[in-house]
Amino acid sequence: MPEPASTFGAGIDSIYYIILWITGAIFVLVETALIVFIIRYRHREGRVAAYTHGSKKAEIVWTVIPFLLVLFIVYASNDIWLEVKRADQDGAAPADALPLRVVAKQFEWNVTYPGPDEQLDTSDDFVKRNQLHVPIGRAVRIDLESEDVIHSFFLPDFRVKQDAVPGMTIPVWFEATRTGEFPMACAELCGLGHYRMRASLTVHEPGDFDRWQAAEIAAGGPPTGDSETDAERAEESDVMSEGEESA
Amino acid sequence: MSTTQLLAPNVTAQHWADPSHPDDRPFIRKYVFSTDHKTIGNQFMFMSLFFLLVGGALAMMIRWQLGWPGQPMPGGGVLPETMAPGGILLPEFYNSLVTMHGTFMIFFAIMPLLVGMFGNWLIPLHVGASDMAFPRLNMMSFWSAVPAGFIMLASFVVEGGAAGAGWTAYPPLSAVPEYSGVSTGQQLWCVSLIILGFSSLMGAVNYITTIVNMRAPGMTWLRMPLPIWSLFITAILILLAIPILAGAAIMLLFDQTIGTTFFLPEAGGQPLLWQHLFWYFGHPEVYILILPAMGIASEVIANGSRKPIFGYPAMVGAIVAIAFLGWIVWGHHMFQSGMNPLLGSSFMLSTMIIAVPSAIKVFNWLGTIWRGDIHFHTPMLNALAFVAMFVIGGLSGVFMASTPVDIYIHDTYFIVAHIHYVLFGGSLFAIFAGIYFWFPKFFGRMLSPTLGKIHFALTFVFYNLVFFPMHNLGLGGMMRRIYDPNQYGFLEPLQPMNTFVSVFALALGVSQLVFFFNILWSLWRGEKAPSNPWRSNSLEWGLASPPPHGNFEAMPAVYRGPYEYSYPGRGEDFWPQDEPPDGGAVHAPTGGVPIPEGVPQ
Amino acid sequence: MSEAAAIHAHAPRPMEGIRVYNVKLGMWVFLLSEVMFFSGLIGAYIILRFANPEQWAAPGEVLNVPLTAFNTFMLICSSVTMVKAFAAIEHGDQAGLKKWLLATIVLGAAFVGIQIFEYIKLVEHGFVPVASQYAAGGGPLYGSTFYTMTGFHGAHVSIGVLCLVFTLVKAVRGHYTEEYFSGVEIMGLYWHFVDLVWIILFTIVYLI
Repeated sequence: MPEPASTFGAGIDSIYYIILWITGAIFVLVETALIVFIIRYRHREGRVAAYTHGSKKAEIVWTVIPFLLVLFIVYASNDIWLEVKRADQDGAAPADALPLRVVAKQFEWNVTYPGPDEQLDTSDDFVKRNQLHVPIGRAVRIDLESEDVIHSFFLPDFRVKQDAVPGMTIPVWFEATRTGEFPMACAELCGLGHYRMRASLTVHEPGDFDRWQAAEIAAGGPPTGDSETDAERAEESDVMSEGEESA
Repeated sequence: MSTTQLLAPNVTAQHWADPSHPDDRPFIRKYVFSTDHKTIGNQFMFMSLFFLLVGGALAMMIRWQLGWPGQPMPGGGVLPETMAPGGILLPEFYNSLVTMHGTFMIFFAIMPLLVGMFGNWLIPLHVGASDMAFPRLNMMSFWSAVPAGFIMLASFVVEGGAAGAGWTAYPPLSAVPEYSGVSTGQQLWCVSLIILGFSSLMGAVNYITTIVNMRAPGMTWLRMPLPIWSLFITAILILLAIPILAGAAIMLLFDQTIGTTFFLPEAGGQPLLWQHLFWYFGHPEVYILILPAMGIASEVIANGSRKPIFGYPAMVGAIVAIAFLGWIVWGHHMFQSGMNPLLGSSFMLSTMIIAVPSAIKVFNWLGTIWRGDIHFHTPMLNALAFVAMFVIGGLSGVFMASTPVDIYIHDTYFIVAHIHYVLFGGSLFAIFAGIYFWFPKFFGRMLSPTLGKIHFALTFVFYNLVFFPMHNLGLGGMMRRIYDPNQYGFLEPLQPMNTFVSVFALALGVSQLVFFFNILWSLWRGEKAPSNPWRSNSLEWGLASPPPHGNFEAMPAVYRGPYEYSYPGRGEDFWPQDEPPDGGAVHAPTGGVPIPEGVPQ
Repeated sequence: MSEAAAIHAHAPRPMEGIRVYNVKLGMWVFLLSEVMFFSGLIGAYIILRFANPEQWAAPGEVLNVPLTAFNTFMLICSSVTMVKAFAAIEHGDQAGLKKWLLATIVLGAAFVGIQIFEYIKLVEHGFVPVASQYAAGGGPLYGSTFYTMTGFHGAHVSIGVLCLVFTLVKAVRGHYTEEYFSGVEIMGLYWHFVDLVWIILFTIVYLI
């Protein structure tokens, strides 16, 4: 797994490692027992198998222990799940979050930025194709939508994945902890271009983000933007990020 | 209700085998439109193995593309331009490949092998009946599965190609041709599954009725062999789950053809409604695909260990518990779908609890081989592999059941690894075990043990080399169903692992030819099978191999449970269920008077 | 092993199962799957309707409730005649069996006929299942769910009528007797089930 780049990434990973340890221990235990039994009790001249129909005591033990273990895993998982989904607050992101809108369609991601007023659906909004830019250290709230089929908004480094379903607006939030360029992918089969429905996520220092936003608005013209140019820029930034990954 | 009605039908007109009369059914009644459950079981075997080959061939193409993206596939030149011009697979064809691989393997290979083949082979023999309760319905069940399969196969050659929206067919992609580029193929997919649904229903009605009503005297519920228990519970799952799929597939078909909008958001329809319906069917379906495998593995492990099954009542209870819990966990396929996250929490709880009965089964299998006298015949090797692999598949399921971890691994190759550990490592190894175990009974010839062991060794090694690294691919972030992972910079470092997986996937595919060769060769050249080659207990082993039409000469009587191996003080280490307690010849025909014919049904 | 000895003492007969003979048990089991089929459709209906209340016109605004109420009444009557047919053969009354079977067929066929008439009238008013051509009150999901649910029920009634005709032919040939009437009984089970489903559908599709 890539190093987490969001506030809840480490929490998710810790649950992963807890489960890895628990299941790993059970795996080693069970497979070792299996192999030991297979060798120890292999057929030999004169061996007679024990005649037993089971042991209530043993069966109760290996019913209760797994039960307690899974309850523990559920308990440990649920806190971080509710934090990520903010289910106790109707999915609403933290109050000071920067609002964005991501609209998926075959086979691209259109990101609407709120502009300096930090309000969506106002005149200073602007749209970038396949480029998500966010400031570091500040929660971002994304209203996720789809125009055609089901896509899935996947930011591997941020441990974010959420299906974009046509007809629904689904809230997603995260807060970046590292600057840099990160991949953004579609994780749900969405048609023949599914495999190339990629985009990039750039995390800026707060000042950088404002400068980037001002430059975009200055260069942008109409809010829909010049999508061809944006696409090319996205291609370029992809190349850059690929270079960084392999380095 | 008159007394006649209560009594007469229970003693239904069972046509027991009559050794004084040769079987004089004409060829077409005997081998083609046969109502004999054994023949139908054999037919299901050949049909499903054919589709197993088809599904395997599709998998080979998928792995070629992932191992060597964009390279022309050797021999791919025979494919038409619309699939692979110059042998290079097209993205749209790739989508059809992943969709049809899943569809064929689940609906036309694993499910008919476990339910169609083993259900037909085992149920009447294990409960001591002459045939299924409704033999003609049984025949129709097979003969409607065949056209369903060929409709599915035919979708490859129609305009636009085969269905390409995944085996889960999420709308709107599956409902609107403009989105997927597939129109007729996607409709044929629905039609085929609806027909197959009828086939499964006819089977389920038969199985349930036969098991409830046609058990021989003494065959109490807790003396039934575990394959029968698991097939009984599976039949109930089929009975209740398949109609949901049929209803959903019909609505999807209407969306595709006549312009309704059940799953299309334009006029208020709900894409998530399909997912709820599909997975409400789909999760019980997962247990339809694993419960019979568990039953078969239990039978073979007890036999191979020469020991009674450890904790038989708990094994039965676990089957029932898994089947029951299977109805309330469907939402764990939809954690990231936009479903209410609080529902996610409750589905996480119910899903995790399923781990408990699964754990009981694993520990009881371990308990069965513990202090046993283990004979490593080919069925036993495969059954032990089943346990070892099912453990991995079960444990990897815990990761996905944990909602926060699922955020990251959902729709990645981790899921692909998990499903293959359960369906290949689990179900298919149990199917191999079952085929090696019962083939002699139904074809009168042993499968070659040498070829069987070669096949087992190759399969076990290659299988793990293929599917274990997929966990790592998934943790690396590689999404499912992508045509070319190298489109993403962060997936490029995974290419060597993808190539590694593909090399061994091709080897795994090729080594299955040993199995197919073994079957074909043994059908004609195999060593003649004795009536009880594995020294096993259940009723069918007291009959000739293959058993005559009508199975038993008269109604058998059952005196004990099916797993009385190594009973102290007996000379033999097995004790057939129908051997009278006072001793007597092991295979003597059981006592009792034949039921007079002509009793109304 | 005294249990085994006890088995020996009696003539071997199969385990008693649940004391329901095969075809009847088979029909019960089959009807369970039918319950699931209609549950799926009804569940989808409820979800779609709750999500889009504006697409449903007020009861009676688009659909002809009095006509269908009459139709419902006929179907309930046909269940009564089916019971009569079963009661007749239980007492060996061949003439009664044929008479009541015929009555059931007539009522069932009339139900389907009225439903087809209703469909024709509704389509003329723009109440169609096709979303793009929907022109009646409410919205297209109203039409789609209506035709899917009532249509599948109508198909079940039609198949039932065909099977009833088949049963009647057998009855005319004297196939059923006082001792042997399972064919009539399972036909009745199916018919009552179809009737029951209609009462539910009529309530949620027409009345609520």
